[in-house]
Amino acid sequence: MTTISPARATITPPPAPAAPRRRLTDILAPYAYIAPFFAIFAVFGLIPLLFTFYVALFDWNPIGDHVFIGWDNFTRLFGDVRFWNAVRNTISIWFLSNVPQLAFALLLAHLLNHVRLRFAVFFRMSMLVPYITSVAATAIVFSQIFDRDYGLLNWLIGLFGFEHIDFVQSVWGSHVLIAVMVTWRWTGYTTLLYLASLQAVPRGIYEAAAVDGAGTWRQFLHITIPSLRPVIVFTIVTSTIYGLQIFTEPLLVSRTTLNTCGAVRQCQTLTLFLYEQGFGQFEFGYASAIGVALFLMVVVFAGINFYLSTRIRPGRP
Amino acid sequence: MTTTNRRSGDRVRWWTYALLALAVFACVFPLYWMFVVATTDTAAATELPPEIVPGGNFFHLAELVFTTVPFVQSIVNSLVVAATIGAGQAVLCALAGFAFAKLRFRGRNVLLLVVVLTMTVPTELAIVPRYMIISWLEWTDTLQALIVPGLANAFGIFWMRQHISSAISDEILQAARIDGATVWQIFWRVVFPLVRPAAFVLGLLGFVTAWNDFLWPFVVLKSPEMYTVQIAIKALQNSFAIDLGLAMSGSFLATLPLIVLFVFVGRRMVAGIMDGAFKG
Repeated sequence: MTTISPARATITPPPAPAAPRRRLTDILAPYAYIAPFFAIFAVFGLIPLLFTFYVALFDWNPIGDHVFIGWDNFTRLFGDVRFWNAVRNTISIWFLSNVPQLAFALLLAHLLNHVRLRFAVFFRMSMLVPYITSVAATAIVFSQIFDRDYGLLNWLIGLFGFEHIDFVQSVWGSHVLIAVMVTWRWTGYTTLLYLASLQAVPRGIYEAAAVDGAGTWRQFLHITIPSLRPVIVFTIVTSTIYGLQIFTEPLLVSRTTLNTCGAVRQCQTLTLFLYEQGFGQFEFGYASAIGVALFLMVVVFAGINFYLSTRIRPGRP
Repeated sequence: MTTTNRRSGDRVRWWTYALLALAVFACVFPLYWMFVVATTDTAAATELPPEIVPGGNFFHLAELVFTTVPFVQSIVNSLVVAATIGAGQAVLCALAGFAFAKLRFRGRNVLLLVVVLTMTVPTELAIVPRYMIISWLEWTDTLQALIVPGLANAFGIFWMRQHISSAISDEILQAARIDGATVWQIFWRVVFPLVRPAAFVLGLLGFVTAWNDFLWPFVVLKSPEMYTVQIAIKALQNSFAIDLGLAMSGSFLATLPLIVLFVFVGRRMVAGIMDGAFKG
């Protein structure tokens, strides 16, 4: 290029020295580049979310009438035992799957953080195998392992002389089964996030601790956990947001009764209840009311978790 | 990821390996088990003690999978959806990340904050109105209903922004500008080639997520020839509620492409996930 053209792009620092003739297309370019995201999020994320609040105020049948009924859906919802059952199940499954996941991921990240660890790449890659396995496939294989009559686990239990456990049909059993699937799937991923964060911790700290005679357990408690606090908060909040919306695992666990997750709705979560009302009963208004309730629950839970996990220990998060 | 930043000083004890080996076993065993049940005949899947080595029945069951549901078609559908979403995310997020990292425009900081905040918006619960929008667009039972909503995501934008900020110096952009390149040319000829590895990993993660997505395809897709593999597995499970071998074969066949992919790019995926993690 022989000619030096006037500044066309608005590249940040150093501050563009008086760009006299910026072309309109270049001024608009940044907006064009970020527009696809905002358009897609608006149409498929934000508008549906806002519309949920609106539809929840109607008796809304997809092929029939839309009758404005105000708060009736919510009054009905709060008096619905199926709703409270779903709330209990959702919270129970969320708790059972998140606590072990966090604990395992912390421990594994700590172990993987050894500088002299052999086969480190192999270990890290193995941790990610569950992540690439689909939830649908996971649900089927774990249902088999936990099966009452022919499951691998019950066979093992039987070898020790215990009665077979009917995981799928019982309340706590189905919750444990679903929690195991969630934990299996996400622990490795969380471990890698923690490990990445740990590698930013200067090795001198561990060395000094070792010289002072701190064993691996004390190093874990006093170095690993405190240095991971920001990423722990991040994973707790995100896993709360996703965990409360759990759907696929409970849907696939009970093989026969589709939308209820078992004969007595023992593992029906809120999203599954929402699906049953929306796409099983075609009560879009009522289903949207469940969506609103779930939204409030997610906000409150994520908020509480964020607050607690930043406050538990003094000092900078 | 320099070794100097990693922990040292103490020797690796035997029980570290023992615990890690146990974790590896726990991670890999269910997949192995899936293969075992997928290769034994149906009677053997309901036998005690259970078979723990693969049998020779895989091809029979696989054939049954292909004749029970249009499985080839569902694999093609899944490939189309996942590949388009992966490629779309890689390009669109790089583009937006470039704008946020290197271009100056009114409202940039506020808009970036909005992008980050959208990550915390729970969208799954708005599935009923989202379905209504899809039917209004007359997109029910089509693949674009799965593709378009997945094309751009906030995490990807944030991630590409970080990479572009750190990987590309302002001098090189300045030089390109002086040479008379337009913003688009700067992105396409200078920026994107330099961050292609990061975009590739982002695309991979998008591919895996899209391949394994269940709820949204389950709501949107109606006819068997539009099924993705996940919905095909569900259909297998429905039509043969008791035939575990068949459902397992389907599950295994649906996971196989990802295992193959993982063998080739698993290292980069691990590095990518760790690279995108929070570092204070």
